[in-house]
Amino acid sequence: MKKLLVLLSSLLFALALAQEPLKVFAAYATAIEEPWDGVIHQALLAAQEAGQISYDFSDEIGYSGDMERILREVADEQAPAVIFGDAFGNEEAVRRVAKDYPEIAFVFGSGLGPSEPNLSVFDNWIHEPAYLSGLLAGNLSKSGTIGVVAGYPVPEVNRIVNAFIVGAQEANADADVKVTFINSWFDPAAAKEAALAQVDAGADVLFAERFGVIEAAQEKGLYAFGSMSDQNGLAPDTVVTGPVWHMEPTVQYIIKQVAGGTYTAQDLKDFSMMAKGGASLAPLHGFETSLSADLVEMLQSREQEILTGLYRVPINEEAPK
Amino acid sequence: MDFVIALLGATLRIFTPILLAALGETLIERAGILNLGIEGTMLLSAFSGFVVAQLSGSLWLGLSAALLTGILLCVFMGLLSVTLGLNQHVAGLGITLLASGLALFSFRILYGGSSTPPSLERSFAQLALFKGTALEPIFSQYGITYIALLLVPILGWLLMHTSFGLRLRSVGENPEAADIAGLNVYWVRYQALIVGGALMGLAGAYLSLAQLGAFTHGMVNGRGWVAIAIVIFGNWQPSKVFYGALLFGFLQALQLRLQAQGIPLPYEALLALPYIITIIILALAGRNASYPAALLKAYRREGA
Repeated sequence: MKKLLVLLSSLLFALALAQEPLKVFAAYATAIEEPWDGVIHQALLAAQEAGQISYDFSDEIGYSGDMERILREVADEQAPAVIFGDAFGNEEAVRRVAKDYPEIAFVFGSGLGPSEPNLSVFDNWIHEPAYLSGLLAGNLSKSGTIGVVAGYPVPEVNRIVNAFIVGAQEANADADVKVTFINSWFDPAAAKEAALAQVDAGADVLFAERFGVIEAAQEKGLYAFGSMSDQNGLAPDTVVTGPVWHMEPTVQYIIKQVAGGTYTAQDLKDFSMMAKGGASLAPLHGFETSLSADLVEMLQSREQEILTGLYRVPINEEAPK
Repeated sequence: MDFVIALLGATLRIFTPILLAALGETLIERAGILNLGIEGTMLLSAFSGFVVAQLSGSLWLGLSAALLTGILLCVFMGLLSVTLGLNQHVAGLGITLLASGLALFSFRILYGGSSTPPSLERSFAQLALFKGTALEPIFSQYGITYIALLLVPILGWLLMHTSFGLRLRSVGENPEAADIAGLNVYWVRYQALIVGGALMGLAGAYLSLAQLGAFTHGMVNGRGWVAIAIVIFGNWQPSKVFYGALLFGFLQALQLRLQAQGIPLPYEALLALPYIITIIILALAGRNASYPAALLKAYRREGA
């Protein structure tokens, strides 16, 4: 009888543990208003609303040493099961802390590799929908000149821009894709001015890796492509579509692995690509009727080829010329 | 030729917020106060202008809110550095941190959770002068740009040829003498802060209500700091400040347009161009810099 009671209570205890949502913390170097970290934040908020995790975060940590301090404080005082974040600019600090807390799963956006036993990496691998956007842009451009305004020529940006160029040049072998870097993640006024300069240099379709470009396209009555999130709402007649990143597949996978006790350090790249729902082309919001049927069909069949693995979009992280 | 015309048009668009902020800072520094709150003041003004314009549907109300925000923050700077006589560097940086934090905090309360920045249905329209002539692309500017251009001679005259200007300069050069002459040093400094704050508010409003019609986090992006450098560059004279802002705007427009032309230079070199040339000119002109003598010095009445 006593044995049974112990068994029963421990079973109840285990059940209670299982129902306790996973404790998740996130540490962001930039404000969550920056689109990159915003995508991670949204996915974690969604998991919290679904009752899967309890979520807390710290943002605008910056690149001057605070990341390591905050991670250690959180690990010591809150002991979350998982810490998400972005390691760009803080790569060494994040790896140092992760090594000291092997019982916590560290899941960070990073341009480098995973680190045993507990640091997994992810990134916005949205080059596939960027390629599809380029394909569409190449077809929509009458002048054959397309403008791209981007933040910094870092690998994750280069990858997206290069894939966009591959798509544009597949549609039009002579397409001239002009790329301008504004050297900031937050300067919509400069981005708009850079886009206007491209329009004056002949561009008639614009790809907005940063905010501000869509305003220029709207002013000039041109088509534009958004990036990172569905930006059609900013200018419904201007924004055709654009590559979108979804962190939900990564978050769900990590929750499952940690809860199941099978978490291990790994590169989570696939979970941010199209096949697993980590990337997509933004909805066309009515453009499917205004664009030619052939074009939409071609786009959809190309999308299908990517989803079924028949076509692999090349990955090129060199700075575009 | 088209390239040059379009380049000059872009120059005026880029230089407007920097010119306005630099003119405001010039007045305040001439009265003896270095206002490092400029960057945050511009951001919070851009934000409050945007919010009021969006909620009320009136761009003019938004513009008024931006001006008021600029004035209030500069009056707060006055409270800290004039009335309380605190260190101006600390007070100014504190205001920039406070204002930036307030802007982000309120932004989250009002617009948190949106994956795209909020934008206005309509922003200030451009006003084309010289219609139908080759000059039209240069002078298709937002109204605030024309105001900024008019303010250059007006402020120059105000500062150098009116008794208001004389009082303002005297409290910035020698507040003790000004006090002996019967001036209320504190009040004159507050007046400079109020006018300068309105100009900084206008600079912020230009970004959110005219140029973009949207607000994003961090959108001032260092323009306030550039304005401070340009005040030194312009030797605290509105006309020279104008040339400094014009040069910086021109180089910024030029590098963006050279990038778009695809000239075979590394983009880093182009991006650095405005800063390198500004530093070179500053190094040359800076040797003759004539700081307002009482800059950074809090005035304390003896016995008070």
